[in-house]
Amino acid sequence: MKQWFRSGTPWIWLTGGAVTISIVMVVGLLSLIAVRGLSHFWPGNVAEVEITNFRTGEVSSVMGEIVRSETITATLAREGGNPIDEGQDLVTRYLFKQGNRDQLGTDFVWHFGNTMETVNYPQGAFVVERREWGNFYGFPVALMTDGLITVTADDEAFPAQLSVALERAISRANEQRQIERREVGRINTAMERIRLELRGMELQGSDEAQVAARRAELEQQTAALDAEYDVLRQQMDALQQERRRDALVMRMTDGREVTLNLSTIIAITQPNDMSLMAKFGQYFAKIWEFLTTEPREANTEGGIFPAIFGTITMVFIMSIMVTPFGILAAIYLREYAKQGPLTRIIRISVYNLAGVPSIVFGVFGLGFFVYFLGGNIDRIFYEAALPSPTYGTPGLFWASLTLALLTLPVVIVSTEEGLARIPSTVRQGSLALGATKSETLWRVVVPLATPGMMTGLILAIARAAGEVAPLMLVGVVKLAPNLPVDGEFPFIHLERKIMHLGFHIFDVGFQSPNVEASRPLVYATALVLVLLIVMLNLTAISIRNRLREKYRSDSD
Amino acid sequence: MEKQTEKLTIKTHLSAPSEVDINSLPSKLEVKNLRLSYGKDEALKGIDLVIPEKRVTAFIGPSGCGKSTLLRCFNRMNDLVDSCTITGEILLDGDNIYKPGIDVAELRRQIGMVFQKPNPFPKSIYENVAYGLRLQGVNDRRTLDEVVEQSLRGAALWDEVKDRLNDNAFGLSGGQQQRLVIARAIAIEPEVLLLDEPASALDPISTLKIEELINDLKEQYTIVIVTHNMQQAARVSDQTAFLYMGELIEYADTNTLFTTPAKKQTEDYITGRYG
Repeated sequence: MKQWFRSGTPWIWLTGGAVTISIVMVVGLLSLIAVRGLSHFWPGNVAEVEITNFRTGEVSSVMGEIVRSETITATLAREGGNPIDEGQDLVTRYLFKQGNRDQLGTDFVWHFGNTMETVNYPQGAFVVERREWGNFYGFPVALMTDGLITVTADDEAFPAQLSVALERAISRANEQRQIERREVGRINTAMERIRLELRGMELQGSDEAQVAARRAELEQQTAALDAEYDVLRQQMDALQQERRRDALVMRMTDGREVTLNLSTIIAITQPNDMSLMAKFGQYFAKIWEFLTTEPREANTEGGIFPAIFGTITMVFIMSIMVTPFGILAAIYLREYAKQGPLTRIIRISVYNLAGVPSIVFGVFGLGFFVYFLGGNIDRIFYEAALPSPTYGTPGLFWASLTLALLTLPVVIVSTEEGLARIPSTVRQGSLALGATKSETLWRVVVPLATPGMMTGLILAIARAAGEVAPLMLVGVVKLAPNLPVDGEFPFIHLERKIMHLGFHIFDVGFQSPNVEASRPLVYATALVLVLLIVMLNLTAISIRNRLREKYRSDSD
Repeated sequence: MEKQTEKLTIKTHLSAPSEVDINSLPSKLEVKNLRLSYGKDEALKGIDLVIPEKRVTAFIGPSGCGKSTLLRCFNRMNDLVDSCTITGEILLDGDNIYKPGIDVAELRRQIGMVFQKPNPFPKSIYENVAYGLRLQGVNDRRTLDEVVEQSLRGAALWDEVKDRLNDNAFGLSGGQQQRLVIARAIAIEPEVLLLDEPASALDPISTLKIEELINDLKEQYTIVIVTHNMQQAARVSDQTAFLYMGELIEYADTNTLFTTPAKKQTEDYITGRYG
């Protein structure tokens, strides 16, 4: 035994074990997120089961996807008021996603295994994805146009006619959205500009006659815009009407018939009739939809595109701001500042800034950036828009700036380390050729230190992209109506509020009105966030490696 | 053929001592009572020395004797050390380089330096050589091309690198890098070239090439070389200074110093009794 200890083997086991545990934890974490998140998009079969009510003996049927099952103790179930047979210790219960929230009140429901008859998966069951109220599960009855039945479900022409009608409804909806977004948006922006100009003239109190002339001109413009809007309004109304013409009559499992207007439908699938290949196709289509569309229904349905876009934009702007600032600060500290007690204190303070809790930065950002800087910017440049704030309210710019401040120490420390690693012989070589200190710095030293700077940027990105707490104070919201980048001048709107993946996880997970519906989205969003950070990092790392290769020297 | 004659000249130069009075030669640099201290440690204790023009002067001595420190005084590299204080004078063509108001960058253009370890910049071979000229604002491609070729030829490197001028300088071997650094130094046409143990990090063949190069370069430049290697000093230099503990012990024609040293300490050192 003593021999074994002296051989050093225990150390190998101890250190190796530590590595193993770390790897197991990381892999476990990632696979949990991946499995839970990715399985959500799989088109599950629609089950139909007869349930016997214990108390009344009544038989009803439930239809929907079985999301998961769990085994609980019989005592617990009895306490919940469910009569379970004596002698039974454990019971299994199943969670059904029965949808049809508008009809049934709840879209998720638990049923005990011993109350259920055999589960069957009926052919021809429809899963209707709707813009509101979540999914609808049922059987098709007929297709209606203008309130009259045109074709019944047992007709051969039904599937073809349904898909034609649905496609038409969806394309009309898209057209309408285009008009709302582009044209109406443009008109609104123009109107707002006119309003601000008028208000600005009032505030400045310039020459009466001029003001009157300009006012008349603007009023004319307003009238033109109003007329334009009326035309668009009519167009949209026409589209709306056309969209509303068709409706689908569905029968629920309890026999009730429900009419669904096609304008409320996004997609119809029949998972029970799908082949495996078709299911895979549907699976990837759903993932793509999740990544590229906007959220619906209080973030419990739809996609997360605005959150992805917001996160990337914010990290990007943060990088643009923190990198030059941090690098310049580091160069001064390392190259120019006299190395004495004062420099030491500054350096220690900067290093310690990295340890300040991020929410504190959020509070600072809110107090200084938003209220003080933003408030003053509004008073000076956007006086006409007051009292509604432009920059004096949380927004993309302030969020990026707060994160830049948060990650500044990381960039400074890495850059300083990069500068310190450069051999003095290289500096001397440059000085000996008659270069001044600044020439040496910018032509030789800084290029050599770029890998160190990139390391700082990588760490900054990794930290910033995952940060949530300070963002809640300085610019991230649950649902942003517009992306920060669009076709309206100046194309990137730094004052707008943004959505963010980290905050989206928090919001969907803890603030959601529909816990069961949003649970898988928490995992899926977390997975996207992790992958996004990994991708940002890989990009930065590959740039750094290329730089390292370029500036490789013997001394490294 | 050319190389053979070179070696021959070195040999004859060694075997046939020709007494030369250093003070009678035209001087390039003149050191007058130079004292230098790092904090409280005095590294140079009053050096007086004349370095003649277009000849090779070697500084020898054991480690820590102050020979590199003295060399670095000539282009004021010691200015970079905070705790360093210097008194005395060094005259370049009669002007004191420690005179207040002198442009140090300009001085360093006149007095080039090559260090112990090759220190190319993280740039292409071409840009390394062009660096000094670009600093002076020369950006005309044709001028640069010309100077780069001339300098690389001057440093006997042209034939080895002419096809890969745009490759990174770090791809060269140690000996090539050192010759590149020499090319870089002569590209700005200095008057004096300071070599601080230029071959100590190189293999014997590269060392030989550098030594041949020094022999060629002295036709145009005044060369001062610091070396650990006494054979090297004997091979390449015209006059040699022996320093010990911050003092100049003996300074004489190389042949004289190595064959008939005047001082006991010099003799002990060159016969290997210390150092």
